[in-house]
Amino acid sequence: MNGAKQSIPAVHRDVVVIGGGPAGLAAAIAAKEAGCGDVLLIERDRILGGILNQCIHDGFGLHTFKEALSGPEYAARFIDRFRELGIAAMEETIVLSLSSDRVLEVSTRGTFQRIEAGAVILAMGCRERTRGAISIPGHRPSGVYTAGAAQNFMNLENIMVGKKVCILGSGDIGLIMARRMTLEGAKVEAVFEILPYSSGLPRNIQQCLNDYGIPLHLNTTVTDIVGKGRLEGIRVAQVGEDRSPIPETERYIPCDTLLLSVGLIPENELTRDAGVEMDPVTGGAVVDDSFMTSVPGIFACGNVLHVHDLVDWVSVEAAEAGKYAACFVREGSCALPSPIGVKPGSGVRYTLPQSVSGERDVTLSLRVSAPWRDRCVVVKDEGREIARKREMRLHPAEMIRIDLKKETVSGCSSLEVTVE
Amino acid sequence: MVQEYDVLVIGGGVVGCAIARELSKFRVRTAVVEKEMDVGLGTSCRNSGVLHAGFNYAPGTLRAILDVKGNQMMDDLCRDLKVKIKRIGKLTVALDDEDEATLQRLKEQGEANGVPGLELIGRERMQQIQPGVEGTLALHSPTSSIISPYGLTIGLAENALANGVNFHLGQRVTSLSPLAGGGWSVGTGSGETFTAKVLVNAAGLFSAEVCRMAGITDYVIYPCRGEYYVLDRRLDGTLKALIYPAPKKNAPGLGIHLTPTVDGNILIGPSAEYLNDPEDHGCTSDVMKELRREGRELLPEIRMTDYIRNFAGIRPKQTPPEVGGNKDFVIEDRKDVLGFINLVGIESPGLTSAPAIAGMVREMVGKHIPLLPDPSFNPVRPGSPLFFSELPAEEKAALIADNPNYGEIICRCEKITKQEILDAISNPLGARTLVSIKYRARASMGRCQGGFCVPRITRILRDEFGWKPQDFLKRSAGSPLFVGNVRPEKGGAVR
Repeated sequence: MNGAKQSIPAVHRDVVVIGGGPAGLAAAIAAKEAGCGDVLLIERDRILGGILNQCIHDGFGLHTFKEALSGPEYAARFIDRFRELGIAAMEETIVLSLSSDRVLEVSTRGTFQRIEAGAVILAMGCRERTRGAISIPGHRPSGVYTAGAAQNFMNLENIMVGKKVCILGSGDIGLIMARRMTLEGAKVEAVFEILPYSSGLPRNIQQCLNDYGIPLHLNTTVTDIVGKGRLEGIRVAQVGEDRSPIPETERYIPCDTLLLSVGLIPENELTRDAGVEMDPVTGGAVVDDSFMTSVPGIFACGNVLHVHDLVDWVSVEAAEAGKYAACFVREGSCALPSPIGVKPGSGVRYTLPQSVSGERDVTLSLRVSAPWRDRCVVVKDEGREIARKREMRLHPAEMIRIDLKKETVSGCSSLEVTVE
Repeated sequence: MVQEYDVLVIGGGVVGCAIARELSKFRVRTAVVEKEMDVGLGTSCRNSGVLHAGFNYAPGTLRAILDVKGNQMMDDLCRDLKVKIKRIGKLTVALDDEDEATLQRLKEQGEANGVPGLELIGRERMQQIQPGVEGTLALHSPTSSIISPYGLTIGLAENALANGVNFHLGQRVTSLSPLAGGGWSVGTGSGETFTAKVLVNAAGLFSAEVCRMAGITDYVIYPCRGEYYVLDRRLDGTLKALIYPAPKKNAPGLGIHLTPTVDGNILIGPSAEYLNDPEDHGCTSDVMKELRREGRELLPEIRMTDYIRNFAGIRPKQTPPEVGGNKDFVIEDRKDVLGFINLVGIESPGLTSAPAIAGMVREMVGKHIPLLPDPSFNPVRPGSPLFFSELPAEEKAALIADNPNYGEIICRCEKITKQEILDAISNPLGARTLVSIKYRARASMGRCQGGFCVPRITRILRDEFGWKPQDFLKRSAGSPLFVGNVRPEKGGAVR
């Protein structure tokens, strides 16, 4: 596909980071600190920081900085370091395409250019699942927003989206917005969750719903959206074990706003363009223990790789990716053969990376498939246990990280992670 | 103040706009009155976007004649109006002997109608056209095509406007009174009054209602809803042609099928369900389930993440559910009600037929008032049928170098630039709602459904056009997007 486009000359850059949110910032900083002199970060918004800029609530950075920062404060710590290191950034710039030989077409106000990258770090984050993606029946009035879009309107644009609010989905953004809208004078009627448990962090259930008397109805979903102009109300019903609505439980709730917090989807269109192998469960790329994808020199980290629960882990993971990308540029390749596959077993939804080399320490990131109390996450090599982590509380909303030493993994042939 | 016209077209759908554009070739004062805040917001924007070849209609009927003629006119029309059209052809597929007999009959019927290029083809040719298609025999119709239905409607309207037609948007006609000495007085819900020597009823779903205002009680419209799914552009290129099942007797439509759109999506639908409310565009759980089931059967690679939106359109049928099937278009110059050109039941293939219907209506108008050609008529609408994202890299680079607004992407999913958004906001018809921007610039039609671009479009409208939160409407006056500011504005934006 590049044949016809050769007439626009390409500029060479060593490491190009796509996305200036927490992942991109940490990756760019790490690449620079690892000795790569030529790092370029491309951000489509006017300012760096990504989605953190609209997250004006606190609770960011508890692990990394041991204090509760707001989103913009957390971002500022990284942006300051980024500036200190003199890393190049192109804001208001969008990557239109990425090829498997790491050529990017980049569009910005005033210029269109081709960039040939020594290594590419994908850090585009994720987008929200929409009404269409979950097939909610009914009319299509105004007043139905994804929670993140409503957050953007409120916190960045000073625009109030509604007064009488229902929320479908108990993802963290929805919970945060329940509190935010309540604080600004809206009446939040309830949060509805189709699953038998919340998909948000327990601390957010407490701080955003319980503290404000907002009810959370589990096993409940929206069955109809009513209103030809502006939203007039919704119908909700309890669901059975197959998650289908039970008609006799249906009830009508008048409201002018419905916020959807029904999941996040890694934003991998560029990744697919480049021919990167994808993991159908995470929605992100398949990576090895250097965060390199199936296409040499293309790395992935943060929410574009898999949706994280805490930004702290995004930063940690992205720093690794940045370090290995710098190494790839310096040494031609840092990729060690990664013959040891890592697979999710019983009780585990996914594990990451999908393969490891056995030549370096590695952290496995994983999510469990259902909530449990007092269980162990066990890593086995063909049936032989090599690591075990006991957790008093396991929850699909929370990411679990297991550190494995090089010596533990070395010589293994195939790892499986299970909940026991 | 009464606004006086020679011809007043009631209804700004694709048919009304085609008529207006046709009349704009002549020295007559023409206007369109439309109840919605933009043209094409009824059935014209809620359909499969297919141009039919014309073999499905009985020879001699208006549907047969006007469809075949309209289809032939489309290449020139789309070239002039900068509307996307793709002549991808269609396979109507037989699964059994009964279907094969149907195809044979359709081929003969099509040939009698003057449809060019019809061919019955076997499995091998079918596979060459569309790998993987199931069936024993297929009728290949090369003139079956896909088009942007709202693109065509907007193109016709803007060209009509450029050639002197007035558009009165957001005006619902509520009364028609004959004037002494000929002509009509037309009242609208917002209190405007228009007069015209000739009225054209192109009100689609509301055509029978407009008839009754003129004292004509012959017609009943039975709204018949068709629901659709829109699929992600990930599957673009999967369908090389339109693939339809052989039609079944007395079915209200052509059956559920997959239709590629000119912009790279795939539609699943439409269903067919009679209802009472001609404006109930809701989607229903049972039909959605059925569409998903049929969609997966036709295209197994559909994943849950490929569903990006649902919509529904409503066919203005003249046949009640117990009768089924279709009746021919009514296009008449009433002898009992003078100066009233009446179009009723223009359902499928109304989109394909629109330019030919316009020609027929122009002849009828010419019997009432003299139609002198206007030498200043310009058939060409400025612009390009392609979006920025569809241009080759060199052209993109040149446009950006010339105008930085082309370098700023506002809609990330469809890669729509700020300049395209600005053009859509400043559209000549003056339509100022979110859907008006959507149908022109395609922003918010992608997989994130506006999560990314709508806040950005909002910012442009506020910062560069001075809009207040309460000015933002989704589609109609009753569809405000926002309730106000979070806190009082202190000297501008928060940022």
